[in-house]
Amino acid sequence: MADTRGLARSVMRPRSFSVRKQTGFTEMAVICFVLLYAPLVPLVVYSFNAGVSLAFWEGFSLRWYVAAWENELVQDATIRSIYLASTASVIATCLATMAALGTTRTRPYRGLTTIYAMINQPLMVPEIVTAVALLILFASVKTVTDYHGMGYLILAHTAFCIPFAYLPIRARLEGMDLTLETAAADLYATRWQTFRRVTLPLLWPGILAGLMLAFVISLDDVVITELVKSAGQDTLPTYMLGQLRRVITPEVNAISSVLLAVSVAMVTIFFFLNRRIR
Amino acid sequence: MAEGAQDSESGAATSGAVAIETRDVTKLFGSGETEIRALDGVSLTIRENEFFTLLGPSGCGKTTLLRLIAGFDHPTKGQILLHGQPIGHLPPYQRPVNTVFQNYALFPHMTVAENIGFGLEMLGKPRSEIKATVAQMLRLVKMEALASRRTDQISGGQQQRVALARALAPHPQVLLLDEPLSALDYKLRKEMQIELKRLQHETGITFVFVTHDQEEALTMSDRVAVFNQGRVLQVGPPHEIYDHPCERFVADFIGDTNFLKAEVLAADGQRAKLRLASGAEISAALPENIDADGQVTIAVRPERAVLCPQGKTALLHGELHNIVYCGTDTHYHLTLPDGGPFMARVQNTRSGQALFGLGEKVGIAIEPEAIQVLRD
Ligand SMILES: Nc1ncnc2c1ncn2[C@@H]1O[C@H](COP(=O)(O)OP(=O)(O)OP(=O)(O)O)[C@@H](O)[C@H]1O
Ligand SMILES: [Mg+2]
Repeated sequence: MADTRGLARSVMRPRSFSVRKQTGFTEMAVICFVLLYAPLVPLVVYSFNAGVSLAFWEGFSLRWYVAAWENELVQDATIRSIYLASTASVIATCLATMAALGTTRTRPYRGLTTIYAMINQPLMVPEIVTAVALLILFASVKTVTDYHGMGYLILAHTAFCIPFAYLPIRARLEGMDLTLETAAADLYATRWQTFRRVTLPLLWPGILAGLMLAFVISLDDVVITELVKSAGQDTLPTYMLGQLRRVITPEVNAISSVLLAVSVAMVTIFFFLNRRIR
Repeated sequence: MAEGAQDSESGAATSGAVAIETRDVTKLFGSGETEIRALDGVSLTIRENEFFTLLGPSGCGKTTLLRLIAGFDHPTKGQILLHGQPIGHLPPYQRPVNTVFQNYALFPHMTVAENIGFGLEMLGKPRSEIKATVAQMLRLVKMEALASRRTDQISGGQQQRVALARALAPHPQVLLLDEPLSALDYKLRKEMQIELKRLQHETGITFVFVTHDQEEALTMSDRVAVFNQGRVLQVGPPHEIYDHPCERFVADFIGDTNFLKAEVLAADGQRAKLRLASGAEISAALPENIDADGQVTIAVRPERAVLCPQGKTALLHGELHNIVYCGTDTHYHLTLPDGGPFMARVQNTRSGQALFGLGEKVGIAIEPEAIQVLRD
């Protein structure tokens, strides 16, 4: 998760003063990096273990990757996770973009602060509370409609992804020079053309950051998914949780390592894209 | 007309047809206690092909007026007409008016050429025409070599020229320029002033130019409107604004001025006989719309005052307390008998000693034409 937080900050405005010269800065930085990344080292190393243990090294092997790859439950959970994360993050990003435009591209109006607080509500409310609330709500909906599909998970994930998508988009919009849009209107662009040709291209890095944040947050979620999912709707994290309750094999390490690699790759791609757009 | 403001008809090299007219335009921001009167009954007539300047101190409402003309905002009261047609109902993208913004507002995700072509593209012009016009504009502002540069990879002066070309490309009927030169250094600003005049001449487009730099206003404009606190104080060609300011604010804001108190002895509407504090009597022209009785303030430009030995030609006397040598001329700072300050500027025609010494009592001669009676 450390990567995604750094990603959120990168689209907000940078701080202008330098703390690098402060005494102890390097030491603190090293400690932070060790705390963040050291636990990942044994995880990744033991995913290549030839034996079944997470404590004894028995030689290099890709057997756990192969095992995970051939495990139908893993395949199933992976596809579901990706489907859920893509659907929810795309919907959430669209909604978040509209919300961000609605809270920055209007004159200040009454209730703006309330709306702002409401959009960010999922960040404040403990996740378990939301999860229980959704469990109770959806249970009654399920009995009434007899619908047991993915809709509940998509809805729930979209809801808690919105603030994560909203924050970088809003930050980007607020940092944008408003006279650019005025200039476009002055040069005969209608409101829609202004949005298409000026606002959207400049907003793009923010939207992309929001989308990736939302995707990773959705991919990562355990608590809400665990309580909302119906039977046979395991995502990768809930599948792994279920596995950990039974036997622990390096297969879980292998899956985690792949997840780690994917998120690192996504962040890298984001920075690359962002650099090119600037 | 704003209450009492003078609008001179002389001096502008224009066809005479009206490009923009504002009728009693008032703009309020906020309400109640925090209400700000950004514009207060502004009535102006800007003629076609004119270089018209809005001059005034910071916060006097210049940008607000431009925004109303461009359509980014709407007047609280009053009307704006373009070629005699009210344009109040038109959104900015339907007004044949373009703006050069104070911060240029170039699109950072487009190249120089794309920026310049943007307006034409939005107007739905064919590709070939856009290409030709962009090339022509690039030539006009001497930016051909940088056509495919990104706008954050060019200098401030170049950005300014791109902003100008972008606004000129759709060939608007009126070009609004909001302090376009204020971000440039002195030398570049001088160059761009000449460039702007050339462009205005070549394109034949009406320029409405905003500045708070009085020197810039005087050197560039066909006519100048002096603003203060949302009101138009005086409109006229530069020489008239400078030589015949009708209000103390105008005289003070533009150039250096000496203010003297005078008593009106007799007035016949055109001219008045005045008595200065020194007791000297002089006749001077009266501006319009002035109630000429009792005390008035007169303005005398420092270069119109002639220092002479004390004697009968002198209108005033003063004691010299400071002499400032300024290269092309010398400033003599005097103290009048009533304690008031007076400054005379004398051109240095030959090198050498100052005409008078410090502490010396000297006479000040002033021609009647050099005296301007002000409306207080
Ligand atoms: N959107 C706004 N809301 C409230 N007050 C405003 C707004 N825009 C301008 N004003 C006020 O109106 C007055 C005139 O502002 P304006 O921007 O027109 O000044 P200006 O002459 O362009 O000054 P400058 O030379 O500093 O650019 C100022 O007192 C300003 O504070
Ligand atoms: Mg301004």
